[in-house]
Amino acid sequence: MSASLPLGLPWPESNLIPPRFDDLKTFHAYVHIPFCEFRCGYCDFNTYTAKEIGGLSQSSFHESLITEIEASAKVIENSGYAKRSLSTLFFGGGTPSLFTSNQIEQIMTSLKNHYGFLPDIEITLEANPESASPQYLEQLAAVGVNRISLGVQSFDPKVLATLERVHDPDKVEPILKAAAELGLESSLDLIYGAPNESLDSWRRTAEIAASMGTGHVSAYSLIVEPGTKLARQIKVGELPATDDDLDAEKFEIADQVFQANGLPWYEVANWGKPSKHNHAYWGSADWWGFGPGAHSHLSGNRFWNTKHPLSYQKQLANGSPVAGIEYIDARTNLEERLMLELRTSTGIPLKVLAELGILESTIDPFVLDGSLKIENQNLAVTASGRLFVDRIVLQLLTN
Amino acid sequence: MAKLHSSINEVYLSPRARSALEPSLTDQDQIRNFCIIAHIDHGKSTLADRMLQLTGIVEDRQMRAQYLDRMDIERERGITIKSQAVRLPWELDNKTFALNMIDTPGHVDFTYEVSRSLAACEGAVLLVDAAQGIEAQTLANLYLAMENDLEIIPVLNKIDLPAAQTEKYAEELANLIGGSPDDCLRVSGKTGVGVEELLDRIVQRVPAPTGDINAPARAMIFDSVYDSYRGVVTYVRMIDGRLSSREQIQMMSTRAVHELLEIGVISPEPVVTKGLAAGEVGYLITGVKDVRLSKVGDTVTTKDKPATLSLKGYAEPKPMVFSGIYPIDGSDYPNLREALDKLRLSDASLVYEPETSAALGFGFRCGFLGLLHLEIITERLEREFNLSLIATAPSVVYQVTREDNTEFIVTNPSEFPEGKIKVVKEPIVKATILSPKDYVGTIMDLCQTRRGTMIDMQYLGEDRVQLRYQLPLAEIVFDFFDQLKSKTQGYGSLDYEEAGYLPGDLVKVDLLLQGEKVDAFSSIVHKDKAYGHGTKITAKLRELIPRQQFEVPIQAAVGSRIIARESVRAVRKDVLAKCYGGDISRKRKLLEKQKEGKKRMKMVGRVEVPQDAFIKALSSDETSSTEKKK
Repeated sequence: MSASLPLGLPWPESNLIPPRFDDLKTFHAYVHIPFCEFRCGYCDFNTYTAKEIGGLSQSSFHESLITEIEASAKVIENSGYAKRSLSTLFFGGGTPSLFTSNQIEQIMTSLKNHYGFLPDIEITLEANPESASPQYLEQLAAVGVNRISLGVQSFDPKVLATLERVHDPDKVEPILKAAAELGLESSLDLIYGAPNESLDSWRRTAEIAASMGTGHVSAYSLIVEPGTKLARQIKVGELPATDDDLDAEKFEIADQVFQANGLPWYEVANWGKPSKHNHAYWGSADWWGFGPGAHSHLSGNRFWNTKHPLSYQKQLANGSPVAGIEYIDARTNLEERLMLELRTSTGIPLKVLAELGILESTIDPFVLDGSLKIENQNLAVTASGRLFVDRIVLQLLTN
Repeated sequence: MAKLHSSINEVYLSPRARSALEPSLTDQDQIRNFCIIAHIDHGKSTLADRMLQLTGIVEDRQMRAQYLDRMDIERERGITIKSQAVRLPWELDNKTFALNMIDTPGHVDFTYEVSRSLAACEGAVLLVDAAQGIEAQTLANLYLAMENDLEIIPVLNKIDLPAAQTEKYAEELANLIGGSPDDCLRVSGKTGVGVEELLDRIVQRVPAPTGDINAPARAMIFDSVYDSYRGVVTYVRMIDGRLSSREQIQMMSTRAVHELLEIGVISPEPVVTKGLAAGEVGYLITGVKDVRLSKVGDTVTTKDKPATLSLKGYAEPKPMVFSGIYPIDGSDYPNLREALDKLRLSDASLVYEPETSAALGFGFRCGFLGLLHLEIITERLEREFNLSLIATAPSVVYQVTREDNTEFIVTNPSEFPEGKIKVVKEPIVKATILSPKDYVGTIMDLCQTRRGTMIDMQYLGEDRVQLRYQLPLAEIVFDFFDQLKSKTQGYGSLDYEEAGYLPGDLVKVDLLLQGEKVDAFSSIVHKDKAYGHGTKITAKLRELIPRQQFEVPIQAAVGSRIIARESVRAVRKDVLAKCYGGDISRKRKLLEKQKEGKKRMKMVGRVEVPQDAFIKALSSDETSSTEKKK
């Protein structure tokens, strides 16, 4: 979740967001925990390092989230959606592992009571190596969390220092081991392209990550967001700027290392056994995002909560914490689908392209130059097209 | 006329003219026709404002700055594009006079309009900024006025400025036109000081017209303006006889007969009159819709009692600078055509014909009097007709003869003929540059690098120098004036006149993207400069063309010989690193923005080239760096 929120329309006074499309998708939940021990220099996420923000305390913040869950259930029911149990649940942040397992459990209970869980529900919690002890994992497993996503970023202490990550890379392996023993699936989050990170450093990070037996890796090139400490350091010349060409090379290294270790590529930044929750985003499924700054999507209604935890709490007490909503029309929905689904290895059904009015003659050159391929009536990027998805989407929509 | 009288009586600022003379019944002895010759910002419009107020034809509460400038662009840029003729009442020694002030444009591109205005007058006010002294353009117009035997009234304006050097410039003017520095009037258009004396001086010194009131009517058209409500409004100076409303008039060049729907004077709004008589200045409306049917320089007579000899006309202005104008959105082509057709109704000097460019699609090759004219036309097209346009780098007209003696007139570098060339002739101008003497060295350097040959140099006063150079027009059309201004800290001024064609050692430099010639980037340059030009344009394009999915080689070539090369490296990656629930709206908005941005790109083969590259690539370094600063 990025720092700046888009501008939207005000939340409807009716409190209703009826479905805008006929086909009903799966239903998911995202819960945002806006606390961190320490703010990393590159981070522009909506997170706060104080345990007390104004009159708001980390130890009771789950109560606000539960209030929103209760309110959401009414909105969904009154808006005329068929009853759907949750397919996935994702605790993100911030650092969700700063919540006690008891707080997590209370949130889960509320969600389960209001929506129900599908039997194969995927419940992920993001954790930092420094706040995820084996005991904590045990407690999480006990309350029903079945997937852990560890924010490792790098195994190179120098890179971690640049990113201002405070954890010890050696802690990662024991946590993964403990998770495996508890039957938790795991994923590692990595960042490449930090200033002064060499190709070798990145290759080692990728190799260590791949050797740890996790079933899933996310690897992003570092984005220098305006307003962050890192952006300032680059501006004044303390650190070199990031380099797109090097990032491209690092992507190729990552892909080579992960695939060789049984983690197949399935989305621009993801390898391994696909996360069902991530696929909800790329497949334009329905989800409610709880917590400050969280985004939601319900059948063409895209809305997002107010960002600061305090104003979130205040607005929640007076009704809806939504800061803005936008209504996606049929055409825009198709364009979103193209923009999102082309990022995945499955690609996008050819019939969506036809509905968008994109001609074969527009697609053919990409197939000919080897950046797109057609498989099972789907159009998908090839190994050489993966890094040009945004450009290809723009060209498909404008040529 | 009742309206005129009543308004005059109410005006505080008008101590003199209590009654105006009725047009068509005014004795020539009581008429004075004059124009104001001035440099662009020497305060002519402000002085005109004061005259309007002082003579009482514009009330104080209706007064606005630059009252006579009609177009938005005129007022914004502070320049007058179309001349106007205003009738002002004035009294001296208990005798009432009608003064006709004919406004003149002050920019080098519009010299031909000045010469038309001069032919309608017996006198000229030479208006010079007391803080700056005379400028090249003013000097050129002064000589023009003297050639036309006009009575010159020297005036120093802006004497209220702290930086005014009244005595110094009075002497300079005296040196130029003869007489004593004391003859030079001191006025301030801003405060109104000296404006009454100036009006008196006009009555005293400018000769009255001496036409034959009983002869067949002859009126000279000195301007023709298209008005969307009235059709063409034609400004005339009556030389002989009289014209009356409801009469049939005849254009002497074409023998075409028109009904005279309306006749009148401008004071300063149009005032309908019974007619116009010898010596007077006014306007005619006949209902024609195209200025070319009411041609500047033509003579108007009556159908019933036609004159036999037409008045000496003017040379038609020739376009000096050509540029391709293309709609950014190809589907706007018909709108562009319509817009040009409309502009031509009011601007007879605008010429254009359809043109196709492999890079830019369908557009028009347009001929202009100069760069300002080009800028004004493109700005009017964009502003008044809501079009987004690309104008290609301006070019002059070359005469090319091939070895086989076939001759070509080349207005677009891409039309430069293939094959062995015998001779290429290019237009030459005689340029006059005025500047403080400290800058002579810099100016000489500038002219040198622009292939100039000095004709002479003379001192106008203690520290002001006039340099005359013979220069290829091509060397000054693009940014010579900007360069001159920046190298002389704004003090240098320039005027030029055509001086025929001369052979030059010229070659066409082509630009190739991925090995394909891009016609819009071709240019014709001197052989010695081809290499430098090629290096510069390829380097610039490397900066201007965004990275594509493939490498883009950029080459400059003369014929088949590559003289410079660069390349735009292929982009390795163009995808947002991560895209989860909270990123989707932002990402889609970015996509919308990129879609808009792509509309400003032209596909040249497979290469996306930004619109502005077409001008920026050919501009000089200095110009592009100032643009960046904006």
